[in-house]
Amino acid sequence: MSTATAVRVGRPGFVWVAPALTFFGLFALLPMVVVVYLSFTAYDGLNPPRWVGLENWTRLGSDPLFVETLRLSFVLTVASWVLQTAVALPLGVWLARRGRSRALLAAIFFVPLLMSSAAIAVLWGTLLDPNFGLASVLGPLVGIDDGNVIGDSRYAFAAVILVIGWQYMPFHTLLYQAAARAIPVQLYEAARIDGAGRWRTFRSITVPQLRDTIITSGVLIVVGSMTTFEVVLILTGGGPGTSTRILPLHMYLEGFRSFDMGYASALAVVLLVIGTALSLFIARVTGYRKMASQREGM
Amino acid sequence: MTTVSTGSTGSTGSTGSTGSTITPTVPTGPGRPAGVPAPPARRGRLRRGFNWLGGLGAGAWFVLVAVPLYFLFVTSLRSSSDYLADGPLALPTGLTTENYFDVLTSNFPLYFLNNVIVAAACVAIVLLLALPAAYAIVRSRSRSVARAFSIMLLGLAVPAQAVIVPLYLMVTQLRLYDTLLAIILPTAAFALPLAVVVLTSSLRDIPNELFEAAVLDGAGPARTLVSLVLPLARPGLATIGIFTALQAWNGFLFPLVLTQDASVRVLTLGLWDYQGQYGTNVPLITAAVLLSLLPLLVVYLLGRRQLLAGLTAGAGR
Repeated sequence: MSTATAVRVGRPGFVWVAPALTFFGLFALLPMVVVVYLSFTAYDGLNPPRWVGLENWTRLGSDPLFVETLRLSFVLTVASWVLQTAVALPLGVWLARRGRSRALLAAIFFVPLLMSSAAIAVLWGTLLDPNFGLASVLGPLVGIDDGNVIGDSRYAFAAVILVIGWQYMPFHTLLYQAAARAIPVQLYEAARIDGAGRWRTFRSITVPQLRDTIITSGVLIVVGSMTTFEVVLILTGGGPGTSTRILPLHMYLEGFRSFDMGYASALAVVLLVIGTALSLFIARVTGYRKMASQREGM
Repeated sequence: MTTVSTGSTGSTGSTGSTGSTITPTVPTGPGRPAGVPAPPARRGRLRRGFNWLGGLGAGAWFVLVAVPLYFLFVTSLRSSSDYLADGPLALPTGLTTENYFDVLTSNFPLYFLNNVIVAAACVAIVLLLALPAAYAIVRSRSRSVARAFSIMLLGLAVPAQAVIVPLYLMVTQLRLYDTLLAIILPTAAFALPLAVVVLTSSLRDIPNELFEAAVLDGAGPARTLVSLVLPLARPGLATIGIFTALQAWNGFLFPLVLTQDASVRVLTLGLWDYQGQYGTNVPLITAAVLLSLLPLLVVYLLGRRQLLAGLTAGAGR
């Protein structure tokens, strides 16, 4: 027995990872390769895929709907990021303080976390129903006389953004709450001794200390907004017209309603590339690597 | 994160806050016990005054969260004729359980059972595969194991939406279309990388001496895993189990594209179905939504902290 094997006695080898890796590779990594291949084929879901070269990709360049859905997805991403961060960050910091009333509020704030996209979309579908829902009562109060928020191309997309915000905000609030609790109390004591006010403390201590979380939460919002479509599918189906047809929904409808799965694969590749590129970009721009310096002088 | 600690989750949480135990600061706001001397009136994070802006914002958001939930609960107990006559916001006059009865006598129990099978199978697969993998990643010195770990880390970033078309192709080729297995396999696969990453970081806390002692006792990897790692990994296993169960329970995408038949329908698709089928019967729909949520609500009430830990397991990377 060589010394190399002697060192390894009692240590697990590659066999122990192999099942997990194989399983994951088969159902998650292999499809990523196959989707690129499928984007060069015509595939209707029934007959075997047929190689058509760049056909789907040239169609992508001339599809006005693609440009429109891409634009909507970017609007959704930016709006979701602004809206969700603007609410979740202060709310998370507020909930990070201890107290019975805050704990009780937090328990209710986090209930939407338990709900599936389908449950949330169905619930909001009934709330926003122009005939039977809350919208029929509240709509006239805000100037939408018939209460038809999701059936009107002027308001439908805003409604979608708000419902998606309602769904994901508790999650990001939870992230900020946990991160805010980890901020060293000494920093706040120092700020107090320096006579810093509430706003100044929030701006100069809380926000910089939450930088990690702002990036993590931001990446999750961006990638999520670029890829998920379940809520929109149930709530509006992309309509009225194409006014809420975001890019991933466009992909789903092309693939599984029009059965043009080759073209849908090309759209999926675009989704993959944009999602990955955006999260790398955010990490780079915000100086993810330099993070260690924020605890300097502690 | 252990099951025992859940008893304290409902309280204001004096445990777990390292900040408030080392320093003399007490929680401020309404929860501050009487008799603690008021400090000099100085504004700052540790002030004693009420944060009006924060309270107002939280209150506004509370209304936005609570009103739909209130609507969900109360409407499910109203009769559909009352709902149509009095409108969505009217205070219910006579409460009824007929909606729940209607839902439970429809296909709902079947969908529920399918959900239970899918969730249980996913949890079983993920735990069985993730534990040995995480153990090897922590203990192995082999380069290929390290490489496997980086692949898993990369896998965290794969959005499921981007691969539904190839998955559809693969599942039909494997003749698994319209089976529960078609839902289970990809759902478990997509929960796996996170499970491995979370479990790995929890296994790293096991002291090296314990492993060395196991080796001295002549234990091979298999015995070490069963008698040493398994008992110590329980909190981590609970977290990833909860995470996986939630993913499986609430999953919509894979059932949507990989199944069609009512016999293999899961709750999320069932709810969508109810919406299309009983569009005007809002009370019935809300009852179905609430019933689909019930198991999670029960778990939430019993162990909120652990459930939330499972939910946010993904963000700690």
